[in-house]
Amino acid sequence: MPVIEVDSLHYTYPNGVEALRGVSLSIERGEFVAIMGENGAGKTTLIKHFNGLLRPTKGCVRVDGVDTREASVAELSKKVGLVFQNPDSQLFSETVEEEIAFALRNFGFSEEVVEKRVRWALSLLGLEQYRTTSPFLLSGGERKRLALASVLAWDPDVVVLDEPTIGQDYGQKEKLMQFITQLNTQGKTVVVVTHDVEFVADCNPRVVLMAAGKIVADGHAREVLTNPQLLDEASLLSPQVAKVLHHLSDLGAPSSVIDLYEARDVLLRLLRRRGV
Amino acid sequence: MPIIEAKNLFFRYAAAEKYAIRNVSLSIRRGEFVLLTGPSGCGKTTLCRCFNGLIPHFHRGVFEGEVWVCGYSVAETPPNKLSKHVGLVFQNPENQLFCLSVEKDVAFGLENMGLPEAEIRRRVEWALRVTGIEELRHRAPHELSGGQQQKAAIASVLAMEPEVVVLDEPTSFLDPRSALELFDLLKRINEDLGVTIVLVEHRLDLCASIAQRVLAMVDGELALDGSPAEVLCGEAIRLFGVGVPKSIRLYQLLLEAGVELEHPPLSAEELADLVRQKICQ
Repeated sequence: MPVIEVDSLHYTYPNGVEALRGVSLSIERGEFVAIMGENGAGKTTLIKHFNGLLRPTKGCVRVDGVDTREASVAELSKKVGLVFQNPDSQLFSETVEEEIAFALRNFGFSEEVVEKRVRWALSLLGLEQYRTTSPFLLSGGERKRLALASVLAWDPDVVVLDEPTIGQDYGQKEKLMQFITQLNTQGKTVVVVTHDVEFVADCNPRVVLMAAGKIVADGHAREVLTNPQLLDEASLLSPQVAKVLHHLSDLGAPSSVIDLYEARDVLLRLLRRRGV
Repeated sequence: MPIIEAKNLFFRYAAAEKYAIRNVSLSIRRGEFVLLTGPSGCGKTTLCRCFNGLIPHFHRGVFEGEVWVCGYSVAETPPNKLSKHVGLVFQNPENQLFCLSVEKDVAFGLENMGLPEAEIRRRVEWALRVTGIEELRHRAPHELSGGQQQKAAIASVLAMEPEVVVLDEPTSFLDPRSALELFDLLKRINEDLGVTIVLVEHRLDLCASIAQRVLAMVDGELALDGSPAEVLCGEAIRLFGVGVPKSIRLYQLLLEAGVELEHPPLSAEELADLVRQKICQ
């Protein structure tokens, strides 16, 4: 049974904007999926259905077999942890540790467990030194990590991250990538909403491409991210590596490469074949 | 005379224990396009705030050293005077736009300056045209896409006819295509209008090719200063945890494998051309 199943989902906002127009998607337990597309494609609207923040206008969303219309946000959140794009929509406590402890206490964990989980989450995201700091004194990147820490602390089966790389520098992105890969290896289902093509090229997950409220492609990162027509439809740019090889396709460069080291080998072969 | 000059600048926020900026000295020439980068928390935003007077006039703390912008000492000049010379564009345009229409937002600063109505009208028209958002003039900013909002924010800054525009990670919330459009706009503003640009960015893959100079900050200090190729190709930048564009990484990997291309590429197209050149030699 898929952990998340979306069946002909339509969603229209109260102001009449039709954000989703018939989305069907099935995510298996333990998968790593990137949902990509330009701003306004419906990505965030889609994932807000995964923990019941939004309920379908038409169609159906099932989490672990449960129709989201039959469950509360609190019940669904225990399974699906959503990390918002803008940490400020999520953070409100006086200190970093209280922020992380808040949901844990709400879920009814004992103080002992709360303390253990808080410590674990702080060290996981490198926030130990800010334990008693106000979240609003942290930098944008640090606030994003705190938002992630506060969700991971309750250990949901599915972790959904909305634009996790925004405002993150290279080092933090590298860490985030290792971190997501590690979560995924440990059996967690990871869904990332992003338009950061370089990040996705490095992570190499399954890619679901959205445009204008619909899914326009669903496949391997190396297939989807090397298809210029599809990317164009979704207003995304090709990863640099793919772009380099695309420009050399007349010389025999293959078109489905997004990995840096694979691209190096391709270029070396091209050069050596011509005696360089 | 440089348009921006910092001499042994230190700053520590009132609530903080550590200095956010430590002994930064730099000078930026009129008309330069400077890219300021570095790991998050390195002091980039703080430095930008020193260029328009938000520091030390709004964000209080310990301010030592000197900053001169357009001939004014920032510490001794009120921010409303500086704002006619230096415009600041924030990371999140929602923090900058608050009026009911784009047009009103663009006019807001001008009205505060007490300019005559005809002059306000002229400047608003001009700023909307330069940024290409004339058709959005009657829309409410909160209804616009992130890219459109950011252009509106830039228009409202440009309308003040500043000599310097400082942008603090302006593309963070934009999708790649909108980011690229924004960088094109900045390039035009710099080249056609001669406005000095200081751009804080992490997305070096998209903007390395438009800057003339790259500054990298680490831990409150100015660590690197040079041309994009010098800075991005050097060993140091990787140790600092700044992301080098993939085209440069590929160039370096080829170099390690014994293939030396003519020069480091600042874009994918450039790298492809250099490889082609080598093959056809």
